[in-house]
Amino acid sequence: MTDFRVSRRHFLHGASALGAVGLLGATSRPALAAGVTIGIVYVGPRDDFGWNQAHAVAIKALKSLPGVKAVEEENVAETDACAKAMESMVNLDGANIVLGTSFGYFTPFMADLAKKYPKVEFRHAAPLWDATKHPKNLGSYFGYLNQAHYVDGIAAGLSTKSNKLGFVAAKPISSVLSNINSFLLGARKVNPNATVQVIFTGDWSLPVREAEATNALIDAGCDVITCHVDGPKVVIETAEKRGAKTCGHNASQAPLAPKGFITGAEYKWETIYKSYAEKLAKGEPLPNMLSGGYDSDMVMNTAFGAGASDEARKAATAAIADLKAKKPIYVGPLKDNTGKLVIEKTYDNYDPYLDQMNYLLEGVVGSLT
Amino acid sequence: MQEAARAIVPAPIAKEGASEVWLRLRRDSEFIAIPLLALSGAAFLFSLFLFAIGKNPIEFFELVYRGGFGTAFSIQNTLQRSAPLILTALAVAIPARIGMVMIGGEGALVIGGFASAAIAIPMIDRFPPMLALIIMAVVGSLAGAVWVGIAGFLRHARGVNETISSLLLTYIGVAIMNFFVEGSLRDLTNPNKPSTKPLGDVYMVGKIPGTDVHWGLFAGIVIAIGLHVLMTRTTFGFAARMTGGNPRAARAQGLPVGKLIIACTAIAGACAGLAGFYEVAAIQGRANASLAAGYGFTGILVAFLARHNPIAIIFVAILFGGIVASGGLIQRRMGLPDATVLVLQGMIFLTLLTSETLYGRFAFFQGGAGGERT
Repeated sequence: MTDFRVSRRHFLHGASALGAVGLLGATSRPALAAGVTIGIVYVGPRDDFGWNQAHAVAIKALKSLPGVKAVEEENVAETDACAKAMESMVNLDGANIVLGTSFGYFTPFMADLAKKYPKVEFRHAAPLWDATKHPKNLGSYFGYLNQAHYVDGIAAGLSTKSNKLGFVAAKPISSVLSNINSFLLGARKVNPNATVQVIFTGDWSLPVREAEATNALIDAGCDVITCHVDGPKVVIETAEKRGAKTCGHNASQAPLAPKGFITGAEYKWETIYKSYAEKLAKGEPLPNMLSGGYDSDMVMNTAFGAGASDEARKAATAAIADLKAKKPIYVGPLKDNTGKLVIEKTYDNYDPYLDQMNYLLEGVVGSLT
Repeated sequence: MQEAARAIVPAPIAKEGASEVWLRLRRDSEFIAIPLLALSGAAFLFSLFLFAIGKNPIEFFELVYRGGFGTAFSIQNTLQRSAPLILTALAVAIPARIGMVMIGGEGALVIGGFASAAIAIPMIDRFPPMLALIIMAVVGSLAGAVWVGIAGFLRHARGVNETISSLLLTYIGVAIMNFFVEGSLRDLTNPNKPSTKPLGDVYMVGKIPGTDVHWGLFAGIVIAIGLHVLMTRTTFGFAARMTGGNPRAARAQGLPVGKLIIACTAIAGACAGLAGFYEVAAIQGRANASLAAGYGFTGILVAFLARHNPIAIIFVAILFGGIVASGGLIQRRMGLPDATVLVLQGMIFLTLLTSETLYGRFAFFQGGAGGERT
């Protein structure tokens, strides 16, 4: 009982202190500079074995840093609910920076909030920020996950027996296409006979269709399956059940496939979030655009699973070293799968031309429409 | 249905004057006391749940208060979240008065929102904003009215179960919107999230002055009051409630049962369609998949909790808005998953349905002496 009272009083004390901060508003915020409070809003559950989990893992790591507090909210819809969740973090928790991790949060919600709270930093996990249109306390961050998918492709190309790889993809937008094409180029680099068959499900999270697509790919002869959907759990589990090998996406799915898991493409948001926290603690300005790949430690590959052969491990490890040395993935000239020349020269891994990708390269079985 | 039947039987007048008023008050208080009892029951059950997972229930309810009602920001947060719920709950309550369990508000909201965004595209930069917004609101409401009206028509003309058909129409509505938003009406300048062309700031519904809450809340309250008057003070409302009580008797009396059913479902759809209009014109500024955010489904819960009374819906929607608004604070402070608030909502719904059996069982509410039951 005593413990209970203490904790309740303690709570009220804390709550009223925070309330006072909220009432004082923006003007009092610099006083908080000693401690940094990071707010983050997820569109799905934190333990989805995918996109949201990748962020949550990074936030968990961040909480261990001294002086850093993190507040999280999951399953927040892309309506004014996300604006209110973020505003609540600013008003009731005194957040110095708010991170939004879903496309639909950016406009109009985060753009409006950034104008309303000019002393708070807002950052969004997709390259949407535009200096000409958006306020300076708003910005974007993202990782070039296609580099990790390229490594996946190398390991997959050496693990397949049928030379047919399967890719379950959400929507035919450039970031997804870039992962598919990079996966193909990785596989082709070590296995020129490899093809990648792709099925688009149409949305970020459609578990039933994801399972159907996985089964269809395996029925078509694919023996390694990977994907780009929000939560790859269903794809990986279905493939494991059917005896196919798998490569992951977004977060670690290694525990889901003890027999067939090869490796997976993972974001390393931790690098980005730590840099934000450190800059805020020092009172330094945050960059509006922050992005990178292997060479800036923003993406990684899941530790190899039982499905990866020694040969695959060696080649994938070498490919990671190459990417850290900024060796290009897109070595031209390359044609798309209708025979059109789409990449006429070799592009740097961060060349903006590649961000506009709207084609599937030769070797990918599937179409955008 | 029972309730509607009871309501149309004239209450026996015990005495004239002040004692009559007192009796009326006692009778009416049953409709407040029993839901409150159910809410307390839900709070108790939920406290047991929290104990079981090792959390402090008092802290939880304090956070619900703080996050939903405790500060000026929290109140605005709550009101803003309750705005669409009032309208989607009315979309359930009005058909319920005529004896129909209509759960297609989500589809009507999506279709209404989409229709108002689509009709806005040719008007942007050509029409004055006020005119454009009025046209959008009318078109959105009409689209919603047609959508739920279809379920009413099918029920009347073909005997199709309206609960199933309205639910299925929801999926069709979402699919139709996605078809256009990802196809012919897609704004190609927004490559990542398929949406219609943005309305732009000039063509948006503003906030209620001095607050952060959009005008949808005001519209919801006015419409709720209006519909309450319609259902209790007009011959239309009387005929509708009588049909809800006993459709065969109503038909025998010569009431146009089919027209009443279609009218009630169309009103319901118009409410949800208008909620869709506000989602587009006050919040999103465009139509996209985010319109299907579940407001239509939460509205079902709100309507049942309010016993399909439009005035009660206003208060219940605000209560629910508060619970949802505080959900975030609970996640953040207590480290509980988002589903916790769903558990609470589920318990409220269960205790409330159970409490239906309590009506008429307490002598106090029955008009005292001899317990004159109606």
